[in-house]
Amino acid sequence: MSTTLRPTPSPTEAHIRTPLAKARGLGSAHSGTEHFWHQRVTGVANAVLVIVVLVQVARLTGADHATVKAALKSPLLSMPLLLLILSGMVHMRLGMQTIIEDYASSEGAKVVALMLNTFFVILVGFACVYAVAKISFGA
Amino acid sequence: MASAETHASKRKQRPLSPHLQIYSPLINMVMSILHRITGAALYVGTLLLAWWLIAAATGPDYFNFVGGLLASPIGLFVLFGYTWALLHHMVGGLRHFVWDTGRGFDLASIDAMSWGTIIISLVLSVGIWAWGLMAKGII
Repeated sequence: MSTTLRPTPSPTEAHIRTPLAKARGLGSAHSGTEHFWHQRVTGVANAVLVIVVLVQVARLTGADHATVKAALKSPLLSMPLLLLILSGMVHMRLGMQTIIEDYASSEGAKVVALMLNTFFVILVGFACVYAVAKISFGA
Repeated sequence: MASAETHASKRKQRPLSPHLQIYSPLINMVMSILHRITGAALYVGTLLLAWWLIAAATGPDYFNFVGGLLASPIGLFVLFGYTWALLHHMVGGLRHFVWDTGRGFDLASIDAMSWGTIIISLVLSVGIWAWGLMAKGII
């Protein structure tokens, strides 16, 4: 009689699963809780950064170009804004991924939409980063 | 062939699982839907942020042109909607953080936090706009 409570692995598991796969503990989806966790971490960051940015941007209501540029040159605004853009990029990509996975009608449409999601986020995010960097470095 | 057609018609007659239109709206359900809608709106709204930042990085003429569009009635409506979507999604996210700890799943807490989400998000939206307009000396 065996002294361990561990169930006997099936012949497939015993022969095909590598020690690395066992250590990772992931199934055929190749991922576990990362999506959930990254959404929470970026969510916490966004909640703090949004308040810091919004309080400053609201004071720019109706401001002229020179005032807005001066505000964006200040690291008090540009730093949290850049961090919000980066954290927001991760957060919005994960969120839209969930929406796509919920509603996509076919596998092909889903794959295309997920790819466009990544492209959109990177394009818009880096356009924002470029504009802030250009102003910060003296445009 | 005949049997395949029979299968298809049988499948059509099966009852579908009930979806949104079958339920009378409850506050937690409405807040859940709004969380997704505001998330998707913020996703598209990043285009607005990118546009504004690029305008600021481009120069005074283009910045004034964009500023004029945003100061129009439609522009102000979109900007206020953007503010509310941002704050509603943020407050909704805080509600989810509470639920992530396993707390607040009794009906009274769910209802209270759901009503709290819409009320707090509207109060914060009006508050941040008042804060901004005070800087301009409008109010």
